[in-house]
Amino acid sequence: MGLTSQDSGMNVVKSNFNVKKNSNDDKIIAVAGNPNVGKSTLFNALTGMNQHTGNWPGKTVTNASGVCRYKDKNFILVDLPGTYSLMANSVEEEVARDFICFGNPDLVTVVVDATCLERNLNLVLQILEITNRVVVCVNLLDEAEKKKIVIDLDELSLQLGVPVVGTSARSKKGIDELMQEIYEMTFMNKKTYKIKSNYDEKIERAVELLEPEVKRIVGDKINARWVSLRLLDIDGPLKNSLLNCLNIDILEDKEIKLIMQKIKNEILIEKDDYIRDLLVEGIVGRAEEIYGKCVVLKDKFYSSKDRKIDKILTSKATGIPIMIALLFVIFWITLSGANYPSELLSNGLFFIQDKLTILLSNIGVPIWLNDMLVKGIYRTVAWVVSVMLPPMAIFFPLFTLLEDSGYLPRIAFNLDKYFKKACAHGKQALTMCMGFGCNACGVIGCRIIDSPRERLIAILTNNFVPCNGRFPTLISIITMFFAGTIMLPYQSFVSTLILTGIIILGVFVTLVVSKILSKTLLKGVPSSFSLEMPPYRRPQFLKVIVRSIFDRTLFVLGRAVIVAAPAGLLIWLLSNIFINDVSILSYCANFLDPFARLIGLDGIILMAFILGFPANEIVMPIIIMGYLCTGNLTEFSNLDELHQLLVGNGWTWLTATCTMLFSLMHFPCGTTCLTIKKETGSTKWTVISFLLPTVIGILTCFALTTVVRVVEALI
Amino acid sequence: MNENLKLLSKLEIGKKAIVKSLLAKGKKRRRLLDLGFVKGTIIEAVQKSPGGDPTAYFIRGTLIAIRSEDANLICIS
Repeated sequence: MGLTSQDSGMNVVKSNFNVKKNSNDDKIIAVAGNPNVGKSTLFNALTGMNQHTGNWPGKTVTNASGVCRYKDKNFILVDLPGTYSLMANSVEEEVARDFICFGNPDLVTVVVDATCLERNLNLVLQILEITNRVVVCVNLLDEAEKKKIVIDLDELSLQLGVPVVGTSARSKKGIDELMQEIYEMTFMNKKTYKIKSNYDEKIERAVELLEPEVKRIVGDKINARWVSLRLLDIDGPLKNSLLNCLNIDILEDKEIKLIMQKIKNEILIEKDDYIRDLLVEGIVGRAEEIYGKCVVLKDKFYSSKDRKIDKILTSKATGIPIMIALLFVIFWITLSGANYPSELLSNGLFFIQDKLTILLSNIGVPIWLNDMLVKGIYRTVAWVVSVMLPPMAIFFPLFTLLEDSGYLPRIAFNLDKYFKKACAHGKQALTMCMGFGCNACGVIGCRIIDSPRERLIAILTNNFVPCNGRFPTLISIITMFFAGTIMLPYQSFVSTLILTGIIILGVFVTLVVSKILSKTLLKGVPSSFSLEMPPYRRPQFLKVIVRSIFDRTLFVLGRAVIVAAPAGLLIWLLSNIFINDVSILSYCANFLDPFARLIGLDGIILMAFILGFPANEIVMPIIIMGYLCTGNLTEFSNLDELHQLLVGNGWTWLTATCTMLFSLMHFPCGTTCLTIKKETGSTKWTVISFLLPTVIGILTCFALTTVVRVVEALI
Repeated sequence: MNENLKLLSKLEIGKKAIVKSLLAKGKKRRRLLDLGFVKGTIIEAVQKSPGGDPTAYFIRGTLIAIRSEDANLICIS
């Protein structure tokens, strides 16, 4: 039994979390807790970082670490994924457990939700079995107060044997006290007490036999009693973790084997399931007992308000209509609100463009360079900014408000039936919601789905939700071709209606494709589905708006600009380098043209989609640049002139429709493809995720074009 | 088998019951246990989703939605 490489094992776990100590005085603090208890909010409050938060379980799927300075010491906080238990039912639970067991944190802070303490205690008790270097943080005290739930924190601390601190992380109450406790625990070695457990007598007898032998093998690396308990409930993932992190194959040990056999024959002769029940009942029973001692409900009907809201938002008659209406309202506010600032921005930016040209030529910049910089780079960037910024600055905050309130899980609840029919998982609805912001985020979000088959379906179909980079394309086409002729007050209304329709089409396609995948490539039956529906919370309006503008909007915009600048340069070069009097752009466009015509597009549009692979935001700018460079050198400043430019290049309503359809259904952008590769770890699935929407898009556009042309020919 | 024993999926909305036993095996059983479906727990059916399935249950202070297949694996009285 070699113990030699345990250090490298530890490093594996640590490197998964990117935790680095800068000095030996630095302390590593693991932040654990159930999903949706405000871990990320607390983490942000402590570290000053801006991890995205939201009121739904599974928001944090990637691990973050940040530094918090307190009393001149560095505390490295590691935000673990939210889990209900450490029994390792899912990847997140395994990750959280491995870090607590093998990552050698100096302290574990367990964050619990004051409004449902009993369930949360389950995890606390499980962690206490592994280590007693724990501080319990009872978060959301303000919410509990509203619901008239009174918690005796001193009694709780007495029962658990470790310090307990009450906080309201959203209003930053109790944060200092928490840090003080963490400080005392890590630097002053504050004492904690062992707590009594509540296991069945048979379990205790078995553990008594196992513990000394386990201790002999694992030493002080890990709590022997806890490993013994886990051995009773044979746990494959733990066995692997022990092997990987400590290089111990405990089940192969001769003594252990003997004792295990003895236990099976004499003490716990029942089936595995029964033993597991006893283990869980031990923990749950203890949690119930503690809960009874520490919590008083002054209002027995504290959740009645939530129930009433749920009756409206998820009932048979109103659930789905309200959902669509909400989507509609969000789009409507976005569209009508973005119109004016968009025009203002583009006027301003194009005014600067003219000035810039004059300035550059005055200081003697050669014309070709001037053209390249201004008409190539600047113009593309200006377009991306003016078209993207206003809708995003409105859409993101609205969406974040919805997220903060706790509505998103209700969407999954409403739609689960349809996902089940498609043999997929209801939480796919949540990952689709994330896809609205960015498909790459949506793909990462698919980790909240446990079943690998259903997760893969969710990953492959995420692209059918138009991300923020594609909204500008959709919005501008809708406004130009379908709503432009309608009187102004109704214009945005009609635009919104069409946009909502496109989204619903996207959802419909997702369901159909999921079903087809389930019947072909990813055969299988729906797995079990369980979803926690968190209490509704009043969103913090101001904070949400500020945060979502700075963290999300500017981030996404920044990324778009980074891609747009070189793309602008490239497209300018392509259209200004001539071979035999024909620009490279024309060559390419002419080459693509025959095929593009078949699916209702033209060469330039198809090329724009191909060149837009790094980021979909630049598709529309490339189309415009393409037209501007291949002849009609019209200057444009608003959508009307743009409309004329497109019509002048042969656009009809069919072209517009096909462009929108193709925008909804084509290959995912470069970032998303890379993310899919990373998440699935398979080139095959990445290729499929690339081909699947593309083929569907091409077929749809081809079918529509053919039908329309046949009908037109007949008339 | 007790006469009062029935499956959770048959519990009417707004009614309460006590969890008696789980019919699930292996991983599924663990999942349900972790969610709080443990012998002796009080459970209330709160809300059906628009499609009639899944159903949200109030259990140990939280609202949890599960599908009818899973609710069929939980005996109550």
